[in-house]
Amino acid sequence: MGPFLVKRFLTLIATLIGASVVVFLVLEILPGNAAEIMMGPDASPEAVQALAEKLGLNHPAWERYWDWVIGMLTGNLGDSYAYSSPVSELMLERLTLTMPLALMAMSLTTVLALVVGIYAAARHNRMGDVGLMGLTQVGIAIPNFWFAIMLILFFSVKLQWFSAGGFDGWSEGVGSALWSLLLPALSLAVVQAAILARITRSAVLEVMREDYVRTARAKGLSQRATLWGHVLRNAMIPVITVMGLQSAELLAGTIVVENVFYLPGLGRLIFQSIANRDLIVVRNCVMFLATMVVVVNFIVDVLYAVIDPRVKASDI
Amino acid sequence: MSNLGATTVTPAPTTGTPPLWRRALGHRSFVLGGILTLLLVLAATLSLVWTPWSPYEMNLPGKLAGPNATHWLGTDAFGRDVASLLLVGARNSILVGVIAVTIGLVIGTGLGLLASARRGWVEELIMRLSDFTFAFPAILSAIMMTAVFGAGIVNSIIAIGIFNIPTFARITRASANAIWSREFVLAARACGKGPWSITMDHVLPNILSVLTVQITIRFAIAILAEAALSYLGLGTQPPQPSWGRMLAEAQTLMFQAPLLAVFPGLAIALAVLGLNLLGDGLRDLMDPRLARKR
Repeated sequence: MGPFLVKRFLTLIATLIGASVVVFLVLEILPGNAAEIMMGPDASPEAVQALAEKLGLNHPAWERYWDWVIGMLTGNLGDSYAYSSPVSELMLERLTLTMPLALMAMSLTTVLALVVGIYAAARHNRMGDVGLMGLTQVGIAIPNFWFAIMLILFFSVKLQWFSAGGFDGWSEGVGSALWSLLLPALSLAVVQAAILARITRSAVLEVMREDYVRTARAKGLSQRATLWGHVLRNAMIPVITVMGLQSAELLAGTIVVENVFYLPGLGRLIFQSIANRDLIVVRNCVMFLATMVVVVNFIVDVLYAVIDPRVKASDI
Repeated sequence: MSNLGATTVTPAPTTGTPPLWRRALGHRSFVLGGILTLLLVLAATLSLVWTPWSPYEMNLPGKLAGPNATHWLGTDAFGRDVASLLLVGARNSILVGVIAVTIGLVIGTGLGLLASARRGWVEELIMRLSDFTFAFPAILSAIMMTAVFGAGIVNSIIAIGIFNIPTFARITRASANAIWSREFVLAARACGKGPWSITMDHVLPNILSVLTVQITIRFAIAILAEAALSYLGLGTQPPQPSWGRMLAEAQTLMFQAPLLAVFPGLAIALAVLGLNLLGDGLRDLMDPRLARKR
């Protein structure tokens, strides 16, 4: 376990450095003069010059990159150009919505996918299996923002159980806050759950064909006991890998879904910052999301090693 | 097992699997996916020569009409014909899919083949590079592009295309490595063939089936990504019709004209469903291992 962890951790750091270089190159170097982009075509040259100085654009690129990295490590991300407040404060405020939303979506995804996937595998090639797998094909094809609009149309416009969007904040009570996050989380979760259910089903079926499962059945264990006691642990390995990839999709999905429901989260902040040409906010938010993706994948790999002891030996 | 008492002896299958076209026609996903994909292509092609109405022609007095005999799917907030907008939108989706997948396919497959042919540090470098491009999902890379270069269809196509590169690179390398270790490649090397001609004559033809499956899947993902970007206003710009933007416009009118939000979404879902099913079918038909299992 030790050497594997160290090696994997070093890869994590290298990937983060690589990602930060890409973000910096694309959002700092590629635009040429970031100040010009931020102020728009109508700005006077003096104003652009002043902003460029304020942003430190006259310093060499490597120095600006270094300052940014140090800033990220110390929590000092600079000030937003449009909101004139510290970027870190803006992001933290928005994360109190995006994080619970993503977690809620991930939990819903997991529950839906495991229930559907295991049920379908247990009823392999029977009506329930075929029907559910057909449904998952449809689920994968549906764009999450359209599903979100359909949910609003049905539950908010027609039944009026939910408001059509917006978020009153946590101060109004956890219950009502979670209630207003339920539709967004559901629209994120259904598509991902469809994918994960298919993976779960085929993983469970794969393991059920193994010799040791037949042995377990032969020694008299019931199908249920075999499934819970022997099959699931091994079937979870591919499922967890896909869950890691999916959490990245979920985080990226919040950008779209927060816009459908007008939720003041990180996704909407990125989107508004693009409209405001607020490159500093965009850069830090993109880097944050990329970091989350990389870290989640790291956690998945470590979990992988915990579940499957063979990884440690083969991966060193 | 139930016909143990039967006297007729069924002849043993002679050549194993039936010909590909017969298996293809008997494959449910493949047929359904093929039909849906064909419909998408037909809709797009048709829109080049004919649409019921002009998709750009506004008719404010006739706005927000429900489906009727003159406007089969009704009209939008500007009185434009929804059916015509959907047809032209299909063309837009195909355009995005084709270019974005081509970018990923050409560059990604090229890098994957190179990695596999050269091995060593070249392979290591290409794979590590593709590792961290995975940190940027399509929508995130598109957002970076549009933040710098502005919203538009070209930028979103490039962003989606870039996202496709590591996927194709990884899949190509993995399948190509398997081919490189086969005996016929060893024989070709013994005959004095260089890495370039082995790649072109032996490796590439043998991984085409894997790539074909991947093309359909990435095509579907590109359509979804473009729709999301256009919905956010970062992709296709007005007045060019796009399914994603139609949804964005429909969302503001959900109380007056809920159907407007239904049709474009259905179009996207059917197109993606068709491509996914086609991909699933192709994978089953082309992978001999799976074919034998059937």
